Amino acid sequence: MKTIKAQFGFKGGVHPQYHKDLAAEQPIERLPLPKTLAISMSQHLGAPAKCLVQKGDVVAKGQLIGERNGFISANVHSPAAGTVAAIEPRMGPVGNWTDAVILETAEDQSGEAAFMPPLDWKSASVDELRARVNDAGLCGMGGAGFPTVVKLTPPPDKHCEFLVLNGAECEPYLTSDYRNMREHADRIRLGVEIMRKILSGPAVRIAIEANKPAAIEAMEKAFADIDGNVEIVVLPTLYPQGSEKHQIYACTKRLVPPGALPISVGCVVENISTVAAIADAVEKGKPLIERVTTVSGDGIVRPCNILAPIGTSYADLVAFAGGEKEGVRKVISGGPMMGFNVPNLQIATTKTTSGLLLFTAASVFQYSSEPCINCGSCVRACPMQLNPAYISRAVEANDIAMAESFGVMNCLECGACSFSCPAYRDVTQFCRRAKASLRAAAAAAKAKAAAAKEGLKV
Amino acid sequence: MLPKQTGEKYLLSSSPHAHGPRTVSSLMLDVIVALLPAFGCAIFFFGLRALLLAGTCIAACLVTEALCRIAMKRENSIGDLSAVLTGLLLALNLPPDLPLWMAAAGGVFAIGICKQAFGGLGYNPFNPALAARAFMLISFTGPMTTWSSSAWQGLDAATTATPLALVKKGAEGFDWSQVAIIKNLFLGNVNGCIGETSALALLLGAAYLLCRRTITWHIPVSFIGTVFVFAMIQGGVPPLVHVLSGGVVLGACFMATDYVTSPITAKGKLIFGCGCGLLTMLIRTAPTGAYPEGVSFSILIMNAIAPLINRWTQPKVFGK
Amino acid sequence: MNAIILATLVIAAVGAVAAIALAIADKYLAVREDPRIGLVTAALPGANCGGCGFAGCGDYARALVAGTAAPGACAPGGDAANAEIAKILGVAAEATEKRVALVKCCGTRSEAVRVGDYNGICDCASAASTAGGDKGCRYGCLGYGACANVCPKSAIRIEDGLAVVDKRLCVGCGKCVSVCPRKIIELVPASATIHVLCNNPVRGPEVTKVCGVGCIGCHLCEKNSGGKEAGHFTFNGFLAHVNYQNPPTDAALVSKCPRKCIREDAHFETGA
Repeated sequence: MKTIKAQFGFKGGVHPQYHKDLAAEQPIERLPLPKTLAISMSQHLGAPAKCLVQKGDVVAKGQLIGERNGFISANVHSPAAGTVAAIEPRMGPVGNWTDAVILETAEDQSGEAAFMPPLDWKSASVDELRARVNDAGLCGMGGAGFPTVVKLTPPPDKHCEFLVLNGAECEPYLTSDYRNMREHADRIRLGVEIMRKILSGPAVRIAIEANKPAAIEAMEKAFADIDGNVEIVVLPTLYPQGSEKHQIYACTKRLVPPGALPISVGCVVENISTVAAIADAVEKGKPLIERVTTVSGDGIVRPCNILAPIGTSYADLVAFAGGEKEGVRKVISGGPMMGFNVPNLQIATTKTTSGLLLFTAASVFQYSSEPCINCGSCVRACPMQLNPAYISRAVEANDIAMAESFGVMNCLECGACSFSCPAYRDVTQFCRRAKASLRAAAAAAKAKAAAAKEGLKV
Repeated sequence: MLPKQTGEKYLLSSSPHAHGPRTVSSLMLDVIVALLPAFGCAIFFFGLRALLLAGTCIAACLVTEALCRIAMKRENSIGDLSAVLTGLLLALNLPPDLPLWMAAAGGVFAIGICKQAFGGLGYNPFNPALAARAFMLISFTGPMTTWSSSAWQGLDAATTATPLALVKKGAEGFDWSQVAIIKNLFLGNVNGCIGETSALALLLGAAYLLCRRTITWHIPVSFIGTVFVFAMIQGGVPPLVHVLSGGVVLGACFMATDYVTSPITAKGKLIFGCGCGLLTMLIRTAPTGAYPEGVSFSILIMNAIAPLINRWTQPKVFGK
Repeated sequence: MNAIILATLVIAAVGAVAAIALAIADKYLAVREDPRIGLVTAALPGANCGGCGFAGCGDYARALVAGTAAPGACAPGGDAANAEIAKILGVAAEATEKRVALVKCCGTRSEAVRVGDYNGICDCASAASTAGGDKGCRYGCLGYGACANVCPKSAIRIEDGLAVVDKRLCVGCGKCVSVCPRKIIELVPASATIHVLCNNPVRGPEVTKVCGVGCIGCHLCEKNSGGKEAGHFTFNGFLAHVNYQNPPTDAALVSKCPRKCIREDAHFETGA
């Protein structure tokens, strides 16, 4: 085990103000169980889970209430004992309406939790461990929510050579991964050992940004006596250092080709909090039913890191964090660079809610876009080395094909371009719009092709 | 009737929800600040005339900008300071004794025809100040090429003809090796357009822009470098005379680096700068040409090619 | 003198060579086009609106002659054009009724709740994907003009945060229908005059929370128009929908709707 500085930096990136000091020194606090929870069936990337309960059902803590429905999908469990009050569409943090189980939590939570039987990772088979990761409904807790079991099941012709742990947490304000690294280093180490076993012994790279010395120290301590090829890679403080492609490059100098998954270059990247959750799922049989969320921003009285059951409403989190200050103007689910605006505090947390930020009018900017002045700030800032200026102009002129020819599908939507744009153009939003319409067009073409094939058969 | 709403409305926007410190007006202000040393030199050497010219140009630009926006029914855009910058740049590119009405006409042309007619900042294909200068050079050829010494307040007697006019005329027997010439050119102790004389002041401004990262090094270095190398290969006139005279430094650091009319990628900027340098030297030294000076025209020609360069030099996607 | 003769000869020679080349090209490189294509193109209105799904009238005409498309897809041309085309092609014409776009929402800024202040690209799809849109009603018109931007006839305007179709200008090409992220634009027969301008199928109490003029599914319009048997309205959840096979004609229905979401055409024909 050794600690090294990242050798390979990427071009581009920006330096937002980090504001991590607001919540960084606040230990993780457990939220008292809220009276109602709204557990969405679509907390992960891919197909929504199939709901297994009905109105009026009594469920136990940890009980499976939504079943993985498709290859890219994940199980959903009840975070507490209680009664299903309703199953109705609710708006999720990203503005989508999906079915959610509304759970009235029971007063008495002393009943036995419906956890899975604990597994001894050393004696358990790889298939058992993989099945456990699947059963526990684990998905990437960094933001995208990619189902973990899919990552841990490389295609037969691929071998995972590097397991990269993403502890960069490059988003400003967020400190949930940071607190997990400091407080649950032993869980992370256990999770790493389990993942190493599942992936048949890859080298491990723990990527942490240089502005988190305490986390680096905690990781060094926890991994001091581990054997095998394990390195802590200290990344320069630069946004978006948390991007998996850029982390793989920083740790291994390998380049993930456009459109490919990390496994194509023999790498698996997993968020550090997810690794800790894997340890819990195996050792304690505990499914993913709670997570740490950073509640911060200048609209929060007491910024802190809260361990809350999945499905807690934002209002409950804010109340626990001392309430909101006067004149809150903007609420963000996630970090300020890639997070989503939400219109009210009735929205519930999901497995991917790493942060909840409230901003007052003083720190919110309202803008009107001006025409592009061709300054090239976005070109220099883009970590994917795209030409966001040209993409945004093409989309503005409704020329999506042109945007595609500029490689818009490689866009990470990291927001570095909009951040640096002096004309306050919605560059990222233009890219997002182009990607959405290209994806819709691809889906339509696929459906058409499938229909044509059907027609041939008949 | 509108249903009752509870609480205050939140702002809804797409990510990112944070923004860097740069705005269009702060960038323009950076360039204006960077031009102040050169403007100071202009006042030092040409006195009140410089001040009058600059005031006239800036006022003409601002008024034209405001009127155009009203006519176009668009929001007022003088707050972005780009009109001020255009006016200042234009003034620095004018000879000291130019009648003020001509300077005003240049300002009106720069903003009205070269910028707002195309849709305003961001849409103009040519650098407005330079296009206006070219317009004036053709319309008012005499006054625009008279480097009168009446306003001259130089430190000592300087040649009335600009060094480049000497180059063009082929001043035989002229001793180019005098160190004093280079020194005078560097400090600005020569006749010429009011802002282009002192390379030192201009380089100070350019250094400021580079430090602030308002511009990148690519265009100035490739422009000046090409001029230097060309002159060196050609021989005769010392390369430094070419570099330090006739607005090469002003053009390379402040005019060719105009965002709107130059390529967007680093590679494109290098090609653009080399092209400017090459064309400048071709215009200056072509034996059949009529112009002793080629910076304005070379940049304008390259402005026209900039979209093509952009097409050639799209960046390569990370991972490809 | 010599120079003049020489010049004349050179020009004549160049002309002769070019003429021969053209004659050869005309003979060997000629593209024979079905003459019916020209006739069909002439029969089409030439609006090039693209509503038929082809890139303009010429493209549609080629497809018609080639037999890969059927007459009747041209909404602006209507029955006259279709009959003409059918005659040229020698096939039976099917009568189509002129249809126009209808925006099924009447929640203007003063009638419907906005839950936030949207700041971003002025485009409906972008607004809809930002926190689910700034309109409280998730079925309602956002009013950022995606439909107005694609309309080839400038028949859609945004008035008070709401898309409004001018029936006289609309040619029924249907481009707005496909571009609307909320899917609230429907092509309806131009002859229908009474419409339900709401698209929200959820329960009444949910609707009244977000809109002052949303349909709550009270069935009063059905009762007032002769009951269920008359069949002027159909219901989807808590949302009334005009049955355009058998549209109501009684203008009194408008004033009788307690939610004021049944409107006559006049509403969206203001101005020109």
